[in-house]
Amino acid sequence: MEMPAPDPAILARKAHLAARLAAVLPQDAVIQDEMETRAYECDALAAYRCPPLLAVLPRTTQEVSDILRICHEEGVPVVPRGAGTSLAGGALPTADSVILGVARMNEVLETDYDNRVIRVQSGRTNLSVSGAVEEEEFFYAPDPSSQLACAIAGNIAMNSGGAHCLKYGVTTNNLMGVTMVMMDGTVVEIGGAHLDAGGLDLLGVICGSEGQLGVVTEATLRILRKPEGARPVLIGYDSNEVAGACVSDIIKAGILPVAIEFMDRPCIEACEAFAKAGYPMCEALLIIEVEGSEAEITHQLDLIIEIARSHNPVELREARDADEASRIWLGRKSAFGAMGQINDYMCLDGTIPVGALPQVLRRIGELSDAFGLDVANVFHAGDGNMHPLILFDANKPGDLERCEALGAEILKLCVEVGGCLTGEHGVGIEKRDLMLHQYGPEDLEAQLLVKDVFDPKWLLNPAKVFPLSVTKARRGQALAAE
Amino acid sequence: MHSPKNEAELATLIADAKAPFCIEGGGTRGCGGRGERLSLRGLSGIELYEPGSLTLVARAGTPMAEIRALLASEGQRLAFEPMDARGLCGTVGEPTIGGVFATNSSGPRRIQGGAARDYLLGVRFVDGIGQSVKNGGRVMKNVTGYDLVKLMAGAYGTLGVMSEVSLKVLPTPEALATVSVEVPDLTQAVRAMSAALGSPYDVTGAAYDPVMSQVHIRLEGFAPSVSYRKERLGAELAGFGEISSQEDSAVLWRGIRDVAGFHEREGDVWRISVKPSDAPALAPLLEAEALQFDWGGGLIWALTAPGRDLRARLAHAGVAGHATLVRAAPEVIATLDRFQPQAAPLAAISEGLRRRFDPRGLFNPGLMG
Repeated sequence: MEMPAPDPAILARKAHLAARLAAVLPQDAVIQDEMETRAYECDALAAYRCPPLLAVLPRTTQEVSDILRICHEEGVPVVPRGAGTSLAGGALPTADSVILGVARMNEVLETDYDNRVIRVQSGRTNLSVSGAVEEEEFFYAPDPSSQLACAIAGNIAMNSGGAHCLKYGVTTNNLMGVTMVMMDGTVVEIGGAHLDAGGLDLLGVICGSEGQLGVVTEATLRILRKPEGARPVLIGYDSNEVAGACVSDIIKAGILPVAIEFMDRPCIEACEAFAKAGYPMCEALLIIEVEGSEAEITHQLDLIIEIARSHNPVELREARDADEASRIWLGRKSAFGAMGQINDYMCLDGTIPVGALPQVLRRIGELSDAFGLDVANVFHAGDGNMHPLILFDANKPGDLERCEALGAEILKLCVEVGGCLTGEHGVGIEKRDLMLHQYGPEDLEAQLLVKDVFDPKWLLNPAKVFPLSVTKARRGQALAAE
Repeated sequence: MHSPKNEAELATLIADAKAPFCIEGGGTRGCGGRGERLSLRGLSGIELYEPGSLTLVARAGTPMAEIRALLASEGQRLAFEPMDARGLCGTVGEPTIGGVFATNSSGPRRIQGGAARDYLLGVRFVDGIGQSVKNGGRVMKNVTGYDLVKLMAGAYGTLGVMSEVSLKVLPTPEALATVSVEVPDLTQAVRAMSAALGSPYDVTGAAYDPVMSQVHIRLEGFAPSVSYRKERLGAELAGFGEISSQEDSAVLWRGIRDVAGFHEREGDVWRISVKPSDAPALAPLLEAEALQFDWGGGLIWALTAPGRDLRARLAHAGVAGHATLVRAAPEVIATLDRFQPQAAPLAAISEGLRRRFDPRGLFNPGLMG
């Protein structure tokens, strides 16, 4: 994956920049030692690494503003970083960039049950937002798999989803307001505890902009009262087509489960070997979860089971208690760990129209054979968000490249059937060069215009999201201006 | 009036334009800008509907009635409950799907299911130099590049003229019930609505009618579930006042959605979005002739004598939020502006976006700034 060559003039000014930042920040906030900056050399897309020039760890919005103002004046690129869990390389630095990490900004600023909102600093982890309102039986709905570690800042940058967003929506549907620092240091307030920020929906375009428009330091999030209960059912089929048809029939019947998860045979086998959840060996496994009171759950599950039976399942297992429910989820939740034990893997994130599921799974099988790499599929079937996991051996020369090439083919396939490259992980560097498969030049230009407005010098996370060839002239501006 | 028949004609019209346009779908919301009328009604038709994928794609000028009828045939609906503005604005014509999204029109279910913008999956639009642009797609999860879809929703056509929208639809629940509580005042009303919205019973509407002193709480879902929740909620809200309930309440919620209480009454109509708990202190300061509360108290509809600046009263009360002048005489709108002015840095960003997407100032000039 190509990254822009670092600007030697910036590299030469490292000490000067560090001194300017140190003058406005607490002593422990500026990291310049090469051993220590190495901790910021990659995110969860660990195949790509590059230590930044410096890392800064502010604690307040004012400190973020000071950092950005100075970097803006110095013409130095800034790469914002939440918890560093991006699977797309969203927080990958360049050698001439400053990593701005918000991990120390993790306070809860206000909890307001009457208005059902919480205001937090953006470095707070996703799960700990729910943790902060748990005692009143509330929760924050978006639940990315990395929720124990990932920060709200990164969730906003990537518009993160999760298994339960079929019912509750993704980050953008649960974000009500932000405090954001612009690249020149200006602090802006958008939205708040009232619904629908006035004027143009700037919040909507900031969410999912991968840290390219501003650095979000505080967020107002919608919190919800927990449902009375939830229970999953596990259904096995002997073909992907039938499982896909079952999902479609459930949705058409007017049932909206909170989650519909789908695993194919390679994934079932790996999970079973790893977690021993007692999954049946079959071609396709569905885990469907519904919520409500005991009676409501039973009613919905009865409807689902009736539909499932009409498709002749090879297995149908209802959870009778919490223990059985957690066993049903156990395998699914350990899917990524299970894959990691077998091999290195790359996790894709394309989304397809739900109806195209069987066709896409068949094609992925053919591509997997052609490239000689195993692919296991686990995904959110209700909304068509797929997570094909390509297994490869990082120590085997050429394997990573082959894996990336296969990944690109699978994502192109997603676009071909009417879907998109990424449903919840973001583009980062990983899918940057595929953007032209989904969008024409004029479509991309419209997006670049937005960045021109928010960050005219193109200093915020500049080498991400768009093909480098497309952004070259704009990224060059900052350099040329010096 | 310009009335292109397809996106190519629309693009040519805009590319060759010498003067600004007042862009309209069905023209039912009475909110164009200064310029020659440009109607999107010629771009009509549903292009794709997949009930099993909960998605629909339609050209921007497609009448809402056509979309509603097709969805109803599969037991589905637009969950964000866009209002029919004809009664309130005294207009005639057919509302269009493009107009709904351009104005981000969202009804009582906004508090639970989200706004129009939350259901818009993809757009095609023509920008100010006549270029066709697409963004998003027709899948429910999509973070591929910037979300211009959200930016287009609620932009009132000022960033581009939408030619096609793709959206998420949802099943129409089997049953509906409304639990009503008689409350002494707005303070108690907001408390009762907060209690309902903070309950686990998945409330899909919470409105207060000050004339009848009634809080209305809506429940939807499978019949046994609605009946169970109606019971529970009634018990939990009993402390606020006398409880009654009704099953057949679709008309009541349509009235709340369309602000039926203000129809055929003279005066300016304001739509104010605030934090629900701010409503009780703010409401008397508005000196309105009539008020209606939705979104648990967070949405205030106010009918006032012409020319009153309610935004000044919000500011005076120190209440965060925004007020939109939905209906008023042109001279009042010219003085007060339809939309709440933004703080300087945000106004600069909005202005920057408009200048880049519409460099010649062709789209609804004067409407949003």
